[in-house]
Amino acid sequence: MSDLAAPRLPMPGGLAPGHAGRTLPRPVEWARRNLFSSVFNTILTVVVLMLAGLVLPPVFRWAVTHATISGMTRAACTGDGACWTFIRVRFPLFIYGNYPSEQYWRVDVVVALLAAFCTPVLRDGVRHRWLYGLLLLIVFPTLAAVLLAGGVFGLTHVDTSRWGGLMLDLIISFVTVAGSLPLGIVLAFGRRSQLRVVRTLSVGYIEVWRGVPLLTVLFMSAVVMPLFMPEGVSVDRLLRAMAALVLFNAAYMAEVVRGGLQGIAPGQEEAADSLGLSWMQVQAFVVLPQAFRIIVPGIINTVVDLFKDTTLVTIIGLFDLLGAVEQALKDPAWLGFATEGYVFSAAAFFVVCFAISTYGRSMERRLARRQ
Amino acid sequence: MAVAWLLVSVAASSSGRRHATFGFGYLADPTNFDIPFRLIPWAVGDSYGRALLVCVLNTLLVSALSIVAATLLGLLVGIMRLSTNWLVRNIALGFIELVRNTPQLVQIIFWYVAVLQTLPGPRQSIRLPFGTLLNIRGLYLPSFVANDVAATLWLLAVVLLLAVPVVWHVRFRGLPLGAKSLLLVVPAVLAFFAGVDHTDRPAMLGFNIAGGVQVVPELVALWAGLSIYAAAFIAEIVRAAILSVHNGQREAALSLGLRPRQVLSKVILPQALRVAVPPTTSQYLNIIKSSSLGAAVAYPELYEIFAGTAMMQSNREIESIALLMGVFLSINLIVSALMNWYNRRILFVGR
Repeated sequence: MSDLAAPRLPMPGGLAPGHAGRTLPRPVEWARRNLFSSVFNTILTVVVLMLAGLVLPPVFRWAVTHATISGMTRAACTGDGACWTFIRVRFPLFIYGNYPSEQYWRVDVVVALLAAFCTPVLRDGVRHRWLYGLLLLIVFPTLAAVLLAGGVFGLTHVDTSRWGGLMLDLIISFVTVAGSLPLGIVLAFGRRSQLRVVRTLSVGYIEVWRGVPLLTVLFMSAVVMPLFMPEGVSVDRLLRAMAALVLFNAAYMAEVVRGGLQGIAPGQEEAADSLGLSWMQVQAFVVLPQAFRIIVPGIINTVVDLFKDTTLVTIIGLFDLLGAVEQALKDPAWLGFATEGYVFSAAAFFVVCFAISTYGRSMERRLARRQ
Repeated sequence: MAVAWLLVSVAASSSGRRHATFGFGYLADPTNFDIPFRLIPWAVGDSYGRALLVCVLNTLLVSALSIVAATLLGLLVGIMRLSTNWLVRNIALGFIELVRNTPQLVQIIFWYVAVLQTLPGPRQSIRLPFGTLLNIRGLYLPSFVANDVAATLWLLAVVLLLAVPVVWHVRFRGLPLGAKSLLLVVPAVLAFFAGVDHTDRPAMLGFNIAGGVQVVPELVALWAGLSIYAAAFIAEIVRAAILSVHNGQREAALSLGLRPRQVLSKVILPQALRVAVPPTTSQYLNIIKSSSLGAAVAYPELYEIFAGTAMMQSNREIESIALLMGVFLSINLIVSALMNWYNRRILFVGR
């Protein structure tokens, strides 16, 4: 991203230096150009360095030099720094939730499968990408559900109430993306439909979901949805939350897809029409493939957002990573390590989200180069 | 609608509910819970309707504070991102990446639990300028005590401030008054301070702090969480908007002899504003919606009370969710209508 930062504006005091004639050692030349190009910039640099000198050493002392990571109990944390022992000891809880520890391998296999199924979809220059996409959306979820829930093929049954930690965030995100993207595409077409009823319904759906907070939607799934069920029927709490997330995010996906559809010149559709292709064929072979190129960055942004938003399920009582951290913080044996707990959960989310958005940006650059 | 009504009545008659009929009549019933933070008087026993009003005001308060703070911080970081200074540019980049890639809920809870709860007690309050105190119970600001003629003077100040946008468009002898209308702000400020008798500074009194206005830590945490998160997104919007103005515009303006400051204020910013308004609007709407995360730190806003205490006590799940969604939807529709109106006003007019 920093290559985009080349400024085009004369920021206060930001004139490019004109010392092209002199030859200086490279680092000095770099510093002169980037840190001391004018009086104002020099003052800024000095102020920033002073602030950094004030803030960074205590943070470093807390997080590294005075921190503890060894030991098994609270007693190990004697220094005045961070107590990473707490994180290390509770690590399985944060990743797997309350999943039985002798069954962790099942989760690991699912993660490996996810990587295997994702690779052909995400790699560059793959033929029949849509086929791999279908595999990812249909075969993988089936395998994952069998492995995680068990109850068949001799696998012991693990109730969804025991699922938790980062694993739960990943599961919810995957289901939400897989469900909301197709629904979003349908809604986007609905919004562009010639039929007034279809258009009004789609617009109404999209605007209502986008106008209410996600928390109220999750609340509806947790508290109100059971009231609508017939007597004796109960749907799993996690499934209900997932359904709510799919319905909610479909509205956001629809807007992303609509943006892509609008970016296709009408001539494309007209040309395909005049070649005698049916509406379905036009959309499937001409419009959507081109639109996807435009909407990939938007979809990836939405994916990052919804992955972060999976933390909200904590509020309705599911044990995602944040919920697991809060559970661990309430443990009387480990009271008082809130900062460590929240820093860890923020870091875990940062790693995943940063990886996804970096991939998104590289994809964006590749697509831009191709055009 | 008919289907929705049918579903609602089916659910309403299901065995899980104590109340057989769907309706909002319960809003007139007395409550028996307290709302710890409010802008208007509230007492246990007031009606659910008044509780709703208290909560709507709390939601609007934190949203408005966050929108202002997020805009200012976002503008600052967005401009830092374009600085020629490597350090400044990369600090802004680091801030944006860090904030955008961690969940907002974690940030809000972090501010509340890991920052505000570790502050010292009232006796060891951190002293900030202007007699402001910061401690584990929140932020104590000095307050102004009105004198006898304050009501008139403050009304005058409000009228003067409201006149600014009106005068902006008035022409006097054919000349637009425009920026001169900002001069009205000066008498408004003077009128405000003329109405102040003395300032009431917070101070320790026994075991408590007396005087001033207390801003509860829940509000501070939610405010910080909402505004910092949105600021990171607004910063990127600002950067993209400024970069979207074609370089030729700047060169042309410079070659016409405008000063760099004039180029920025008369040529680049007005054009960048057009690009920035629609995405910024959706960030504002996000702030309003995310204010429901106040439930995580027990800030008494709409969700916290109406999906919590009020729902438990009235046992009205469906009505509560309908109220919540309805109120949020209305606030959002009003804000987006206002911003669309503003957007149309600043749109490029082809001549």
